[in-house]
Amino acid sequence: MIAIAKRMWGVMKAPSVHYSLGFLSLGGFLAGVMFWGGFNTALEATNTETFCISCHEMKSNVYQEIKSTIHYTNRSGVRATCPDCHVPHEWTNKIARKMQASKEVWGHIFGTINTREKFLAKRGELARHEWSRLKANDSLECRNCHDLTFMDFTRQSIRAEQSHSTLLASGEKTCIDCHKGIAHELPDMSGVEGWK
Amino acid sequence: MNATVEFYPPLSRFVCVWALMVMLMTTGQLFADPDQLATLRKGSISEEADPPRMMTAENKDIKRKRNYPMQPPIIPHKIEHYTVNLNANKCLTCHSRRHTGDSQAPMVSVTHYMDRDGNFLAEVSPRRYFCNQCHVPQVDTNPLVVNDFKDVDTLLKSQ
Repeated sequence: MIAIAKRMWGVMKAPSVHYSLGFLSLGGFLAGVMFWGGFNTALEATNTETFCISCHEMKSNVYQEIKSTIHYTNRSGVRATCPDCHVPHEWTNKIARKMQASKEVWGHIFGTINTREKFLAKRGELARHEWSRLKANDSLECRNCHDLTFMDFTRQSIRAEQSHSTLLASGEKTCIDCHKGIAHELPDMSGVEGWK
Repeated sequence: MNATVEFYPPLSRFVCVWALMVMLMTTGQLFADPDQLATLRKGSISEEADPPRMMTAENKDIKRKRNYPMQPPIIPHKIEHYTVNLNANKCLTCHSRRHTGDSQAPMVSVTHYMDRDGNFLAEVSPRRYFCNQCHVPQVDTNPLVVNDFKDVDTLLKSQ
């Protein structure tokens, strides 16, 4: 084993015998562009709603639930798709989340939530994952669109204005603390802070 | 003698049945008259009426006077997409005793913490859990049917 590694290292260290430096460097560059382009295209393809709901677990549960909410249909027709809220937009965090998502592929293959009953039984756990993720990043995915700086409190209802101008502005609370279950149905909320 | 007996009902019975059928048919037509049935839908029952425009619920947070002491108070704010089911009760996240300190919302009436034998419970009683059974938001619109309800003060004054 060590011998093979040593031989490989020898090949890597030795100068190329048959190929020119120009071919190797330009070829390497082109191959790199193609690889990176392909990788990014594939990554973006997995970052679409069409991809998300190609699994029936997503299509027949959470996707149905968002349909009646304001993030799916509203007067101006601006809408949020699954990755807008559930995948970080910034590259490093996105890759980290994508790596975590490999567990979801596992879950799909082994049918962890392949029936409505299994999904409902696991909903609390799944919801808590998202809540703690959003709590930890200060509701970053909400704030990608909803920016406190540009909120016109005079256009908000009195109650909304009161909470936003105090609790949210001071950073004491973050969006997800109050706005749970806005896009999907809620799990059993007993034991969740602020509920019941 | 021949065993078969031919039976002719008397003429009067024919007339009775006939009259009854005519009566049934005419009254049936009366009930089926689309214009007679259409009341709140403002159009014939045989056609699909345009639904009225969606109303925006009052969202002023100003308490309204109750029309009689036992009236469930109306909700002076929007409750669109508030979840009230076995899993969660959005109303109670502000109005339950525990949360009124933070929310400054009026507390759910103490009667809602009593079971039907009058014992006080720690939580809202299950029979009072579904808020929307009695409490509703309001829209600023003309009533669909005329309502001549008079509250108790008006009644007392008129006597």
